[in-house]
Amino acid sequence: MSTVQSTRSELSAEVGERQVVTLTEHVVEIISDSGEGAQRCGQSFGAIAARTGNGVWTVEIIPAEIQPPARSVAGASGNRVRLGSGPITNGGDEADLVVAFNEQVLLGRVHARELKPGCTILLEDMWREHRDPRIAASYAETYDLLVAAGYRIIEVPMERECRTLVSDARRGKNMYALGMLCAIYQFDLGLAREQVALTFRKKTQALIDTNVTLLTAGYEWALANLDLAFHVPAAPTDQRQVVTNGNTALALGVVASGMEICSMYPITPATSASHYLSEIFPKVGGVVHQAEDEIAAATFAIGASYAGKCAVTITSGPGYSLKQEAIGLAVMAEIPLVVVNVQRGGPSTGQPTKVEQGDLLTSIFGSHGDAPKVVIAASSIEDCFYSIITARRIAETFNTVVVVLSDASLATAQQPYPRPEFDPAWLAPPVDQSHVPDGLQPYAWDETTGLSRRFTPGQPGGMYTLTGLAHDTSGSVAYDPDANEQGLHARSLKLAALQKTLRPPRVHGDESGDLLVIGWGGTRGAIEEAVDRLRAEGREVSSLHLRFLNPLPPGLKEIMAGFDQVMTVEANWSDRLDDPIIDETNRRYSALAMLLRSRYLVDVDTWSEVGGQPIKPGRVQRAILRKLDGR
Amino acid sequence: MIDLTHRSAAECLLRLHDERLEIEGFQKGVPRWCAGCGDNAVLTAAQRLLRDEGLRPEKTVFVSGIGCSSRFPHYMNTYGFHGIHGRALPVAEGIRLARPDLNVFVNTGDGDSFSIGAAHWIHAIRYNMRMVVMVHDNQIYGLTKKQASPTSPRGTRSNTTPRGSYLEGLNPLTVTLGVQNVSFVAQAADWIPEMLYEILQAAFHHDGLAFIRIVQRCPEWMPDNFDPWLHDPSRVQLLHHPSSLSISSSLASLFPNHLEHDPSDIHRAREIASSSDPLPVGILYHDPTVPRYDEIIRSEATHSSASVRRLLDAEFDKVAVTGGELDD
Repeated sequence: MSTVQSTRSELSAEVGERQVVTLTEHVVEIISDSGEGAQRCGQSFGAIAARTGNGVWTVEIIPAEIQPPARSVAGASGNRVRLGSGPITNGGDEADLVVAFNEQVLLGRVHARELKPGCTILLEDMWREHRDPRIAASYAETYDLLVAAGYRIIEVPMERECRTLVSDARRGKNMYALGMLCAIYQFDLGLAREQVALTFRKKTQALIDTNVTLLTAGYEWALANLDLAFHVPAAPTDQRQVVTNGNTALALGVVASGMEICSMYPITPATSASHYLSEIFPKVGGVVHQAEDEIAAATFAIGASYAGKCAVTITSGPGYSLKQEAIGLAVMAEIPLVVVNVQRGGPSTGQPTKVEQGDLLTSIFGSHGDAPKVVIAASSIEDCFYSIITARRIAETFNTVVVVLSDASLATAQQPYPRPEFDPAWLAPPVDQSHVPDGLQPYAWDETTGLSRRFTPGQPGGMYTLTGLAHDTSGSVAYDPDANEQGLHARSLKLAALQKTLRPPRVHGDESGDLLVIGWGGTRGAIEEAVDRLRAEGREVSSLHLRFLNPLPPGLKEIMAGFDQVMTVEANWSDRLDDPIIDETNRRYSALAMLLRSRYLVDVDTWSEVGGQPIKPGRVQRAILRKLDGR
Repeated sequence: MIDLTHRSAAECLLRLHDERLEIEGFQKGVPRWCAGCGDNAVLTAAQRLLRDEGLRPEKTVFVSGIGCSSRFPHYMNTYGFHGIHGRALPVAEGIRLARPDLNVFVNTGDGDSFSIGAAHWIHAIRYNMRMVVMVHDNQIYGLTKKQASPTSPRGTRSNTTPRGSYLEGLNPLTVTLGVQNVSFVAQAADWIPEMLYEILQAAFHHDGLAFIRIVQRCPEWMPDNFDPWLHDPSRVQLLHHPSSLSISSSLASLFPNHLEHDPSDIHRAREIASSSDPLPVGILYHDPTVPRYDEIIRSEATHSSASVRRLLDAEFDKVAVTGGELDD
C-alpha cells in the first residue's frame, strides 16, 4: 500500500508533464455487458465528480433484460456521465469519451448514434487474443472499422491488469476503470476511495479493500500509460449540495411529506423508489406494503388515507392503468391520495426501461366519468423531492387525488442539487379525532370552492357511510339528478379553487419573441439548454416549463400571446405533417399541445420524439431552428 | 370516549353503562334488501355483536365492495366504506394498518370476494391482519340480476347460463384452508341465527383475520337453492368442541346432526370443509398463534417531526457533495 499512499504527491508532478486539456464540460460513457458493473462505475464516477464540485447529470444505459447474452450489441449496460463546470441539467448530446469492456456493446452505442464523431474510446483488449477465433476476428474487424470511421481507440489491458490483483476480473474491472477515469479527469484519489467505501458500504471490509486496490491500480496505470488528461474545473460553491437520482428523491420526498404508508407493486422503472423507501421508512415508523397487485396497492393506500394520514402508491404506466377505477373512487369519495407514476414507454408493456412521457392525458382524464384530479410533473431530480411534499399537501387540503408524474429519464439520472433543509410545515397534520360539530355533514361542499371537511373514523359524531355511488351532502346515495350534479359541481370547483392559488409560470428567456417552446416533466434541462444555445446566437426563442398540468396555471394565455409561434417539445407521440396522409384535420398532437390547443384556442404546434432515450438538447435545438426558419 | 381522569371507579362504571348503546344505536335507515334475504340476518347479528361488546360506533368501520351484501355499511350507524367491486379487503387492510385502534369488519359477497376480488381474498388470508370478514355467499349475482357466481352449484340456470352453469361450484372453505397463515375459518348459515351470532362473536375476539362464509338464501333469484337443507335439518352438521362453540339444547333439538371437531386440527378441518352435504356449520379452524402482518410490518420507531428530520439529515449526509474545495 505504500505506493498507493504516495500517489497523490506523484500526481501533481505527473500531471505537470502531461498535457492537461481544460474543458467546460465532457460526456463520458462506461459500458459493459450486464453484470460487469459498468453502472456502478458510472454512478461512482458521477458521485465523485459531483463531490468535487462539478455540475453532473448521469444517465443509466440499461438493457431491457436482466442478463442479456454476453457481448451483444443490444446488451450494453452502463452509465453516461456528463460533467461540467457549471450546472448540468441533462445528459447532453453525444459522448466525448467512452470506456468499453467489449467491442460489441461499443458497437451498440455507435449504432444508437450516441458517440461524438472522432471521440476517444478506451477499449478492453483481451478479445484480440481470444482463444475463440470468431471473437478475436469480430474484435479486430470492429476495431478496424471504428478506427477507419475516425474514432480514437486506445486499447487497454484491463483484464490482464486486474487478473494480477483478483482471480475474477469480471468482478472488479469496473473499479479499475473508475480509477483510470479519476486519473484522466484529475479527481482526487482519496475522495475516490471514500466513494468506493460508500458504494460498497453494505459489503465486507475485505471486499471494500479489494475494490480500493483495483481503483488505485487503475488510477496508477492510467497515469503511467495514458497521455489523456482532462480537467473540468469545478465551480466553487459554498452551497450545501446532495446528489441523488430521481427515484431516491421521490422516496425522500415521501418521508419529508409526513406520509407514513406507501403501498406498491413492483414495476419498472418505479420500483427503486420503493426499494429505497423500504430501507429507510421504518426509521420513522413508516411502512412500505408490497401489495398483491396494482389494484390492491391503490385501494390499500385509499383505505389507509381514509382512516389516517394521506398515503401514497408508486407505480408506472401499466400499473397506473390498473389503478384507474380506484383513483375514480378516491376522487368520488374525496379521499386524499398521492399516486406517483414514473412513466415508461407505452402502450401495453411498451418499453419498460425506456424514456417516454406518454401518460399525461390518461393522468388527467383517466378513470371513467368526470374524475377531476390534480396532476403535477417533476422536471428535475430536486423537483422529484419537492413534488411529493406539494402533492401530499394538496391532496389533504383539497381531499382529492394528486398524480405526480416522473419518468424513466429522471428515475435513474443523478444530479446534484441544494440540500433540502427540513421544514416541519412539510409534514401532514395529525389525524383529526375531534368531535364533529353537530349538524355538520361529511360533504358540506363550500359553494365557492367545493371544499368540505373530511371526517375520519374515530371522530365522534361523524359516522357516515362513504360510497363510490353518487351521493349528497350527507354522504347518502343520491337518487335525484340535482344531488348528483351538486357533487360533480363541487368536485370540479376544487380544481378551479386550486388554480386560483397558483402563480403564473416563469418564462425562461424574454417574455416575447418569435417562438415560445413549452415543455413539462423531465425534458426541462434539454429544452432550456437548447433555448440558451439559440439565444446566444441571437435567436428570439424562449421556453416555459409547466409543473402543474391539471389545473393549468393562470397566465398562460397572456404569456403565449407574447410570441409569434408556440410549440411544445415532448417525449410522446405526435403525427408528423410531412407524412403524406397526415394533415391539419387528422393530425394527432402531443399531449400537452392538445391540452393547450383545446383550452386556449391557440395554434400550438408540437415537436416530439419517442426514441426511448432522454431528449437531447441538440435535437431540440434543430427542431426549434426548423420551426423558426419555417422548414 | 371515556375520560378516566379525576373520576371514581363507580362513576366510570356508571358512565360506561350510560355510554353503552342499545341495538337501535347501531341501526341506520331501512335495509333495501328483499324480504327473506339472508343479509338481514347478518345485519341483525352484527348489530347485536356491537351492542353486546359495547363497541363505540365511531371506533368501528364496516367495509364492503359492491353487490347486494355490500350495501351493509349503509345500515350500520358506524363509519362505513362502500367501495368498489372486489376491493373491500385491501381497503380494510389499509384501514387496519393505519389505525390499530379501530374495529374493522368486512362484508362482501361471493362474486365480490371469490371472483373479481379473488386475488385479494387469498392474500388477505395470508396477511392475517386483524379483522372480521363476512362473506355473504348466496351462490348468485343478485344486484346485477341473476348471473352464475363462482359458488353457484353446477347446473344453476341463470341469465348467463340459461342451459345451466357448466362447472362445479368453487368451495371457498377448502381454498381458504389451503392458504398459508390461515388462522380462523368458520361457516354459518343465515337460517341458524344463534350459531351465526356465536361464530361472529368468536371471530371478533380472534386475534387475526377471521373468515366467515355465511351460506345464505336469495329468495329472489335462488328461491329453492337451500330447500334440501331447510326441509331436512339433519343435513346441517353443527360443529362443537370444548375449546370452541357449544350447542344449546334448543338448537340441538332443532338440528340433530352434531360433530365434535377440534378447530386446531387443520387436516380434519379440510376434510369437513370439503363436504357440502351435510353442510358443516361452526368453527372449522382456529389458530390464535398465527403472526399478524399488520403487527409484523409496523416498526417500533415513532413518527415525529424530530424523527423525520433525523432520518433526512442522515440520508442527505450520505449523499452530500463536498463542494468545490476538497476537504483533505
